[in-house]
Amino acid sequence: MVKVDRAVYSAPDAKGRYGEYGGRFVPETLMPALLELEAAYREAKDDPAFNAELESILTDYVGRETPLYFAERLTEAAGGAKIYLKREDLNHTGAHKINNALGQALLAGRMGKRKIIAETGAGQHGVATATACALLGLECIVFMGREDIRRQELNVFRMELLGARVVSVGGGSGTLKDAVNEALRYWVANVQDTHYIIGSALGPHPFPEIVRDFQRVIGTETRRQILGKEGRLPDAVVACVGGGSNSIGMFHPFVDDEEVALYGVEAAGSGIETGKHAAALTGGRPGALHGAYMYLLQDDAGQIEEAHSISAGLDYPGAGPEHSHFRDTGRVTYGSVTDTEALSALRLLCRKEGILPALESSHAVAYATELAKEMPPDSIVVVCLSGRGDKDVITVRKALEGGGRHDG
Amino acid sequence: MTADKLAGAIREANGRGGCAFVPYIMAGDGGLGRLEEQILFLQEAGATAVELGIPFSDPAADGPVIQQAGIRSLESGTTLAKVMQAVGGFSEEIRIPVILMTYLNPVLSHGIAAFANDCREAGIAGVIVPDVPFEEDAVLEDALRMADVDFIRLIPLTAPDDRIRAIAGEAEGFIYAVTVDGITGARDSFAGSSADRLAWLREIADVPVLAGFGISTPAQVREFGRSADGVIVGSVIVDAFHRGDLVSISELIRAARNTPVPAE
Repeated sequence: MVKVDRAVYSAPDAKGRYGEYGGRFVPETLMPALLELEAAYREAKDDPAFNAELESILTDYVGRETPLYFAERLTEAAGGAKIYLKREDLNHTGAHKINNALGQALLAGRMGKRKIIAETGAGQHGVATATACALLGLECIVFMGREDIRRQELNVFRMELLGARVVSVGGGSGTLKDAVNEALRYWVANVQDTHYIIGSALGPHPFPEIVRDFQRVIGTETRRQILGKEGRLPDAVVACVGGGSNSIGMFHPFVDDEEVALYGVEAAGSGIETGKHAAALTGGRPGALHGAYMYLLQDDAGQIEEAHSISAGLDYPGAGPEHSHFRDTGRVTYGSVTDTEALSALRLLCRKEGILPALESSHAVAYATELAKEMPPDSIVVVCLSGRGDKDVITVRKALEGGGRHDG
Repeated sequence: MTADKLAGAIREANGRGGCAFVPYIMAGDGGLGRLEEQILFLQEAGATAVELGIPFSDPAADGPVIQQAGIRSLESGTTLAKVMQAVGGFSEEIRIPVILMTYLNPVLSHGIAAFANDCREAGIAGVIVPDVPFEEDAVLEDALRMADVDFIRLIPLTAPDDRIRAIAGEAEGFIYAVTVDGITGARDSFAGSSADRLAWLREIADVPVLAGFGISTPAQVREFGRSADGVIVGSVIVDAFHRGDLVSISELIRAARNTPVPAE
């Protein structure tokens, strides 16, 4: 008898495609840099010294591994499946973003590039990149939308304390997508000596792959931890999706485990039906932006539409190419959660567990709590708690005082 | 056959003793109603061809002047479909070739085959897509070839030699030589070796080579006109149209007409 192996998921292909998604839709000027990056990454990935250095920093500096915590009182409140939280909020700098920022900063140093640029929405990736640059002695410029600077002024100050220069981007809606545009423009003009640390699982190949691989540590640890605690894999894994970096890092080690259901949670903003949301996989269609073919919020003429979410980190009109692929294949189920539901989940987690989650992560908590209700008590749900909510307290206070309204 | 229309127009300009001059304008800046008048003005002033920019919400390859023009154009309701329709409507009046410059997403949204067909029907000679590099050519190549529309490639002069050779080998219409690493918009200085790189590129290319990005003064037109088959000027033209300063546009075109290109 011929033994049939289980299908092993292996995207992207050599052209950086996940199914039909991904690719390298960038100005010709950037191509040599992308090819150089790809070659350097392949080399680093197979170099034990590089991996050892990264692992040592992740352990001693970032504080990995992060706990997988059984949220007993949240489980009780939901009244169904056991809910575990993967505590990425306990990382140094308060979110999962540091995993990728450090990996790419090390990679940049290896390529001899001492200047780093980054875009940021909520400011978490900007803070993480500024931190990595301070640690490794690299120059750092962070591009941030004018509106986000207003919403996240404490993070701007943090980045400046860490020695980064924060550049305000006034174009468009003054949010994350405009920051990416400006970072790309800067990179085209300074590509010879500058590396662009993209913070989400977005952008031209090989960025979505690199970001995913540096974030895979989330899922790899989770898999090992749940096997240790429960002796089996979870029934469901839930993570929020803006561009999609914490979720892709969480999901990827489980992709070939067919018994594990994967749920990506997008921001429904004021509600999908209002048109004011950030749910590209739920309410968008495929197109090309920022170097990749992926699901996007766009009008009939192919102009990109503004995203709306109370969470600055989810306020992006696209979802990365690998998520776009998983949406089409059905490997991941994508749902959405409104601003109001996310705020309720944030309060619930505060009251029941003494954990203040980031607004981004609150979307995953909201979805997982509802999901757990529908599942039997002996089943297991793992939620990626991608970041802590200290940065959001002002936004949350305004929203709660304003009867659910917010200025996002 | 339209496939030779662009190269032909450039050679003809060279034959008259000047370098080719291709102005870029943002279609719909000031309203699409002005498009015909703008193109006719450029034609009468002696432009070799005209590059029509399609506005896009996220123009990552453009500097502030073209970004602002794009916002004005989008606010007046411009779409790719409307621009192609407008051009088709007055194509009888236009003798110089029209080139579209558009980011990829409006094309994907319109449908690639429909886009290529609509280009042909509107008499559009060539298409430039700044966010499609050599590796992704396949997304448009066949459809444009079948519609007999030139797919114009951008080549940065800073690219490695073997890469430049590979792209030049596929070139149609003309090569858009990018004279600086960066985005569109005026600048004072260019890499010192631009002239040598342009001369080499002209040697290995089968189609004319036009220099663009950052060229904004008659002196720069003369400087690049001496080492290329022509120049493309964008931001300063967009700005001049916006301000209603037609005189400086004519001056730029005159500078080109009086700059003989180097011998092959």
